[in-house]
Amino acid sequence: MGKDLLLLTLISLPLIGAAINGVFGKRMPKFFVGTLATLMVFTSFLLGLTLFRGLDKTTIVHLFQVAKFDDFTLDANFQLDSLSIWMTLIITGIGSLIHLFSMGYMSHDEGYHKFFTYLNLFIFSMLLLVLGSNYFVLFFGWEGVGICSYLLIGFHYNDAEKGIANSLAARKAFIMNRIGDVGLLFALFMMLNKFHTLEFVEIGKMITASPELYTGIACAITLCLFLAATGKSAQIPLFTWLPDAMAGPTPVSALIHAATMVTAGIYLIVRSNFLFELAPTTKDIILVIGIATTVVAAFIAMRQNDIKKVLAYSTVSQLGLMFVALGMGAYTVALFHVTTHAFFKALLFLGSGSVIHAMSDEQDIRKMGGLSKLTPITHITFLIGTLAIAGFPFLSGFFSKDEILAHAWMSSPVIYGFLMIAVTMTAIYMFRLYFLVFHGSFRGGEKLKSHVHESGLSMTIPLMVLAVLSVFGGILNLPGIVFHNAGHWMSHFLESTTYGLNQIETEHMDGNQSIILMCIASVVALSVMTWAYITYVKKQAVAKEDADMNAWEKLSSNKLYIDELYQTIFVQPILWLSTTLASQFEQRVLNNGIFRLTSAIEASGNYTRKWQSGFLSSYLFWMVMGIIGFISYYIIKSTFWN
Amino acid sequence: MEQLNNIGASLDFYIFVSIALFSIGAIGVLTRKNMIVLLMCIELMLNAVNLLLVTFSTFFGNGEAQIFVFFIIVVAAAEATIGLSILIMAYRNSKSIDIEMFNKLNG
Repeated sequence: MGKDLLLLTLISLPLIGAAINGVFGKRMPKFFVGTLATLMVFTSFLLGLTLFRGLDKTTIVHLFQVAKFDDFTLDANFQLDSLSIWMTLIITGIGSLIHLFSMGYMSHDEGYHKFFTYLNLFIFSMLLLVLGSNYFVLFFGWEGVGICSYLLIGFHYNDAEKGIANSLAARKAFIMNRIGDVGLLFALFMMLNKFHTLEFVEIGKMITASPELYTGIACAITLCLFLAATGKSAQIPLFTWLPDAMAGPTPVSALIHAATMVTAGIYLIVRSNFLFELAPTTKDIILVIGIATTVVAAFIAMRQNDIKKVLAYSTVSQLGLMFVALGMGAYTVALFHVTTHAFFKALLFLGSGSVIHAMSDEQDIRKMGGLSKLTPITHITFLIGTLAIAGFPFLSGFFSKDEILAHAWMSSPVIYGFLMIAVTMTAIYMFRLYFLVFHGSFRGGEKLKSHVHESGLSMTIPLMVLAVLSVFGGILNLPGIVFHNAGHWMSHFLESTTYGLNQIETEHMDGNQSIILMCIASVVALSVMTWAYITYVKKQAVAKEDADMNAWEKLSSNKLYIDELYQTIFVQPILWLSTTLASQFEQRVLNNGIFRLTSAIEASGNYTRKWQSGFLSSYLFWMVMGIIGFISYYIIKSTFWN
Repeated sequence: MEQLNNIGASLDFYIFVSIALFSIGAIGVLTRKNMIVLLMCIELMLNAVNLLLVTFSTFFGNGEAQIFVFFIIVVAAAEATIGLSILIMAYRNSKSIDIEMFNKLNG
C-alpha cells in the first residue's frame, strides 16, 4: 500500500468502528463491541508505526475539495510529517490501552456500546485534528473532540444522584470550549484574509519569504490561537471546566482530559510555530499565563480530597508547564513533556479508575487508605506514576521536566523559581495522594472493605504497559550531557520534517549547569517524598475535615474561590439579565403586543364571518354585482381614459 | 367577408337576443326561491352563451366554436342531472325546495 492509502485507512478505521458500534452496537454482545473498538484503534496504531518507520519527508495527501471560493479553496488535505505522526502514535497508542481498560471498567454499564462509539469517534476527531494539513481540517477535528468530550463528560446524565451535576459539568466544559473556539475562528478568518489559504506549509512559506510583512497580523492571529489553546488546554482564565470534567467515566478522564485532547492546544501552537516566532508579545503572554496556571493549579491540588480532582488540577498544572516551554520557544521540549505526561497521567488516571472500581465508585480519599495490600498491581503502577510525575530521578517525568526547568534557568532565574515552586507542590500533592490512598489504615468501613478487590486483566494490563512507558519514556529525549550520541533524539526527530521547527534552533543546555539543575530537582523530589512518608505513614496524618483547616488550606480546598468568582462576575449577571428579560420584556412588551395583535385579528374575523350568511341568493347577488362592477370599471376606463 | 352576408345586418339582433336571454336567466337566479326554477334559469343563461357562440361562429365562418357548443350542451345536461338529484335529496331531507331553507352553511 502506498503512504496515501495507509494514512487514509489509519484515519478512517476509528470512524468505521464508531459507525458499526453506533448502528449495530445495541444488538451485539458486549465483548464484541469492546473488542471491535479496541482493535480499530490498535490497527490504526500499527499503521501509524508503519508510517513512522517509513517517514522521510513531509507528504501531503489530497482527499477532496470541500468548497471553492473566488480567492481561496477549502480542502480536506492530510499531512504526514514528524509532528503529526508523533501525535498520532500517542493518540492511538494510549487510546488503544485505554480502550482495553474501558472493556473492564465499563463492563457493568448499560451504555456500553454508546461509550465505545463516542470513544472511537473521539479518536477519529483527534486524528483529524493532528493529521490535517490545514487549519480547516484542524478546526473540524477541534470541534469534533469538543463534542465527544461533551458527550462523554455527561455520559451518565440520567444517573439518579449525580445526573444533573454531570450534565452541568458537560455544559460548562462545552461553553468554556466555545469561548476558546471563537478565538480559533477569528484566527482562521484573519489568516484567510491575509494569506488566502489555510495550509500550514503554504502560510509558513509566505512568512519565511518575507517575515517583516506579517509581524502585525501575526500578533493578532497568535493571540486568537492562544485563546483557543487556553480553552482546549485548560489554562487561566478558561481552566475551571477541566476539574469539573472529571464527572465523566475515568477512562474518559484519562484519554481525553489528561493524555490527548487537552494537549491539542499545545499541538496547535507547535504547529503554528512560524506565526508565534513572529510575535514575541504573544509568547510573553503565554509564558506568564503558563506560569500562573502551573502555580495556581498546583496550589489548589494540594488540598483536594477527591482522587480525580487532585489529578485534574495536576493536569492543569502540567499543561501550564508545557505552555511555559512554548512561551520560551522550546517547542520540542513542550512536546516531550506532552509525551511523558500522556504516559504517566494516563497511568495515574487509569490507576485511580482501578481504585474507584475497587472501592465501588467511592472517590473520596478520606475514605480510602491501606489499599496497597488489597490491590497490589494498582498500587505498584500508581506508585510508578507518582514517582514519574514528581520527578523522581531517571523516570520519564524527571527528564521532561528537567528540560523545561533548564530552559527556564537559561531565560531567567525568576521563571525558574516559580517553576520550582510548582514542581515542589506537584511532588507534595502527589505523594499526599499516594500515601493517603495506599498506606495507613482503611477508613471506609468494614462493609466497603470486604468488597475491595483487584481489577481484572483487561484493566491491569494497560496499567502495566503504561508503567513501563512511564519509567522508560525519558529515553526518547535524553539530555545530551550524559548521553552524547543518543541525546535529544525526539527533538531531532520532530525537527527533521516539521515545517518551521527545522528553522528554529532549540538550544540545549549541555554543561555542568544542567547536572546541577538535575541534582536540585532530584533533591527536591526525594526530600518531599521523605517528608510525605514521615507525615502520612509514620505520623499517620489523614486529610483534614473542612472545619479543622487553616486559612491557606481552606483557600486551596475551595479552589481559590475562582468558580465563585466566575459565578459572580459572569454567570449571575447573565442570569439576572435573562430573568429580567423574561419577567419584564417578555411579559410586558412581547405578551401585550402579541396579545393585542391576536385579539384584533380575532375580532375582525368575528365580524367578517357574519358575511357568510348561508343564503345562496345573496352570494349570487354579490357575485353578479362584482362582475358588473368589474365590467363597468373597464368600460368607463376605456371610454374616458383612452 | 363573404360569410358576413349570410347573417348580415341582423348580427346585432342575435346579440341582443342572447343578452336578453342571459339577463332574464341572471335575474331569475337572483330573485326566485324555487330551486327548480333556479336550475331552469341557469339553463337559460347557458343557452344564451350558446346562441352567442353559434352566432359569432357563423359570422366569422369558423366552425370551431360550434364544437364548443356541443360540449356546453353535454355539460349542461350532466349538470342538470346532478342538480336535480341534489334537489331530490334536499327535498327528501327537508320537505322543501325553497332555497332560503338551505342556509345552514353560515359563519
